[in-house]
Amino acid sequence: MWPGRWLPNLVAMIEAVGLTKRYGDTLAVDQLSFVVQPGVVTGFLGPNGAGKSTTMRMLLGLDRPTAGTASINGRPYTALTAPLCEVGALLEARAIHTGRSARNHLLALAATHGIGRRRVDQVLELVGLTQVAGKRAGGFSLGMGQRLGIASALLGDPHTLILDEPVNGLDPEGILWIRTLLRSLAAEGRTVFVSSHLMSEMAMTATHLIVVGQGRLIADCSVAELTNASGGSVVRVRTEEAPRLRELLAADGVSVTSTERDLLTVSGMSSAEIGKVAAEAGVALIELTPQQASLEEAFMELTRDAVEFGTPMQAASL
Amino acid sequence: MTATAVQPAAHLGVTQPRAVLSEWIKFRSLRSTWWSIGVALLISIGLGVLFSALRGNDIASHGGFEPDPTALSLRGFYLAQLAVAVLGVLFVTGEYSTGMIRATLSAVPRRVPVWVAKIVIFAGVIFVITLVAAFIAFLGGQAVLAGYHEHAGFLVGPNGGVVFTPGRPDGSVQSLGVSITHPGAVRAIFGAALYMVGVGLLGLGCGFAIRNAGGAIATLFGLLLVLPLLAQALPSSLQQHVTKYLPLLAGTAGMNNGGDSDLLAPWTGLGVFAIYVVVALGIGWYVLRRRDA
Repeated sequence: MWPGRWLPNLVAMIEAVGLTKRYGDTLAVDQLSFVVQPGVVTGFLGPNGAGKSTTMRMLLGLDRPTAGTASINGRPYTALTAPLCEVGALLEARAIHTGRSARNHLLALAATHGIGRRRVDQVLELVGLTQVAGKRAGGFSLGMGQRLGIASALLGDPHTLILDEPVNGLDPEGILWIRTLLRSLAAEGRTVFVSSHLMSEMAMTATHLIVVGQGRLIADCSVAELTNASGGSVVRVRTEEAPRLRELLAADGVSVTSTERDLLTVSGMSSAEIGKVAAEAGVALIELTPQQASLEEAFMELTRDAVEFGTPMQAASL
Repeated sequence: MTATAVQPAAHLGVTQPRAVLSEWIKFRSLRSTWWSIGVALLISIGLGVLFSALRGNDIASHGGFEPDPTALSLRGFYLAQLAVAVLGVLFVTGEYSTGMIRATLSAVPRRVPVWVAKIVIFAGVIFVITLVAAFIAFLGGQAVLAGYHEHAGFLVGPNGGVVFTPGRPDGSVQSLGVSITHPGAVRAIFGAALYMVGVGLLGLGCGFAIRNAGGAIATLFGLLLVLPLLAQALPSSLQQHVTKYLPLLAGTAGMNNGGDSDLLAPWTGLGVFAIYVVVALGIGWYVLRRRDA
């Protein structure tokens, strides 16, 4: 985006080691350790209040960890000499003075690093705010504010992006724009770390996931791994002889549930195996559909585990 | 974990002068900045001239003389200081209330350069502007006072009215106004500008320390305006010695040019006032460095 300066083959990663933040009696973030790799979009997932924003603020040196360390490229954020050129950040709550125009907001940030006016115009163009650059940010819609936040993040052409709930409150067009942008930034080799409380949103953009609940790490895996780990696929079987087929399928490692009179949900058996059993017994099937467990279900599964291990989670807040 | 660092272009990065430039852009790009400064100018000059006219008129019709015409023409700054103080507070708290502070501190994560830059910009701009205002207020006020004369006494006129006799008991006739070359006049003008800078920086310090506009303004006004009232509850023997060290009276001693014995000497007063300013900015510095943004 800023040709000739940025070197895509070098490694730039975010690392948290034992990151902990305590507010009085509350542990907002509890011993969180993870590494965010470059080249892919990494989703930072968890229900509201799971400690995502606090973690991101600690990564940016805005909040001081009670224990543990956070580093960008092996150095704490506060030690960076040109932070805007290494890390671009969009924080959940807007970080823009409402009385200042979009262009002046960006000019003021750019001035701290000696970034020129041309780059300010470039990022305004990139996020589509050129027309309203002279207007006060206070009058901006949520979507325009979010675009201005993205423009601030891209100002220094950073190799690492930390974005807190970037699609929050955006219209479908804005959401699509952010998704495309994030993927293209990652494809350029950048490290992209995006938080969300919506599993479905992460399924659309992220390749890797870091899942937190109650400030603790629940999972650090690829999206595919998460789906498989939650029991993998299930098969929907519809037949008028449901009770009989259910008895026929009964075996170790197979579980059958039923929510309708003629419908079975089978896990632990492939659709081919089920079809074979039905054919041999002469059971006529109306439907036989293998289904991928959705990320939402996978996430619920994970949070249930968290409850079993003694960490109560409010799955309802998803 | 080892990682090959990606180095940004060498010429880009945070420096103190760049932080100052950034704060200048922020300062000048808010409408409220120019409203506050406009109000401060209007009040300091307008009231200076108005007070001079009222006092001159009063002396012309009731007799007497003005012991400190310099301070009289600078009296508008007592009200203008509120606009400057609020501007200082808002220069910091406006960032906290809007969330802008997170963008600011993400760009300058060492934080202290932001503190230095805000002080430099605010002190520089307010000093230049209020110095010009003080000169105008002085010249305008003295021009008005020049139209009136001191009076030694009065005579009863032929038809029973009172007629004042111009002049002092020694027979010399003097106008109420003084010129810029009057001893201490220039010092009082600089004193007014320095006091305004100090009041603004006191606001800046309160802003950094308290972060919330309401709390910071209340603290600042309490310090400046309420403290002298509370001091009146002290026994009068003690009161004399305490009151003159309070921020308002110590700071405004710099504008005094009439040898008011209840006040500290001008530079001593400004020096005492500077201690308050340094303490407030110091607390602000500590809070900015230590607390989560």
